[in-house]
Amino acid sequence: MSLVYSGVLSHAPGITGRADLCKNIEKRDEFYAKLDVQRQEIEASGAEALIVIAAEHFANFFMNNMPAFCIGIGEQYSGPIEDPEWLRIPKTDVPGAPDLGRRLTKEVMQTVDTAYAEEWKFDHGIIVPLHFLTPNYDMPIIPVNINCQGPPLTPLHRAWAFGEAIRRACNAVPEKVALVGTGGISHWPATPDSGKINEAWDREFLDRLVRQDKEALLSYTDEETYRDGGQGGFEIRTYIAAAAAAGGPLDVQFFTPDLPIFAVSCTVGRFEVT
Amino acid sequence: MSLYHLQKFLFELNRDEALQDKCRKDITGQFGGYDLTEEEAGALRDGDIGLLYVLGVNGQILMHYAAFLGIEWFDYLEMMRQGIDKYGPVRAGVYTMTGGGDAFTEEDTHK
Repeated sequence: MSLVYSGVLSHAPGITGRADLCKNIEKRDEFYAKLDVQRQEIEASGAEALIVIAAEHFANFFMNNMPAFCIGIGEQYSGPIEDPEWLRIPKTDVPGAPDLGRRLTKEVMQTVDTAYAEEWKFDHGIIVPLHFLTPNYDMPIIPVNINCQGPPLTPLHRAWAFGEAIRRACNAVPEKVALVGTGGISHWPATPDSGKINEAWDREFLDRLVRQDKEALLSYTDEETYRDGGQGGFEIRTYIAAAAAAGGPLDVQFFTPDLPIFAVSCTVGRFEVT
Repeated sequence: MSLYHLQKFLFELNRDEALQDKCRKDITGQFGGYDLTEEEAGALRDGDIGLLYVLGVNGQILMHYAAFLGIEWFDYLEMMRQGIDKYGPVRAGVYTMTGGGDAFTEEDTHK
């Protein structure tokens, strides 16, 4: 087994970009500390590369040619595409893992028709997690995208199948690989409602991950998610894929609805890899 | 179809630093090849975040564009609210306003 870590975390741009505006300093710093614990756990796992299953926000893919899934097989990436002053993350280059990425992609393709890309510009959806998890940008990254933005969206059961395929692919390589799924739970980002969340819906979703309840996780319709979790809720696909890859229950290491300036309930968790 | 082109233009702008440099000097000169209505072209020319929001530009695309324009976060939120007040509800897409114009963070002091 070469999947040595699977976890989830939030990625909202406010987490870095609006850090100074946050009034709940104690909770903010508690969140940052948990992200650092996640960094330490990934390092302790011996991971040689990190897969980031993200929900990108039109940095690379548009409705002219929108893949349901894509895996990065490039040698190097760059980001953020956003104004660095706005995101408070300087533009940087990030190493890829082209050989490993190709082998993983080849195996994933046995069951899931994923696209692949040698070019990839990171937006906040990947660079914010990396800012905390690989702050020196020295770990090879394999970016992965699930279409959570441009409807028709990737079906949840396909996100699960994709996670299982990634796991099978990881099992087939000798390298130690870590994986994180990153997204919101409920949120209404980039609208006047920014900061709005549905705490009860979030807790129920996390509980389904804790129970590793596949049937319940895949039972949300997009209409229900839009109504209860906002357009940001579509990003649950990344958590679902990470759950499928792990196979075991989620340990919710941090969850708070009390940082609305970050426009999402801030979450950190680690799955048992079984 | 024109909303598609409006968003496509912003998608390209958000990820292309060379295009960003050109747009800082002459944004209307970069519209070639994009099928934009006069209203859409005007919104881009004027940096009218409120109108772009109402026209249905995906929020993620619009948020990145607002950052490119150097608009502060709470000003950006307020521009979208003012766009609703001025132009009416969001006409397309999934980034509609559902909160009645309320602020959802204590740090947001505009409303």
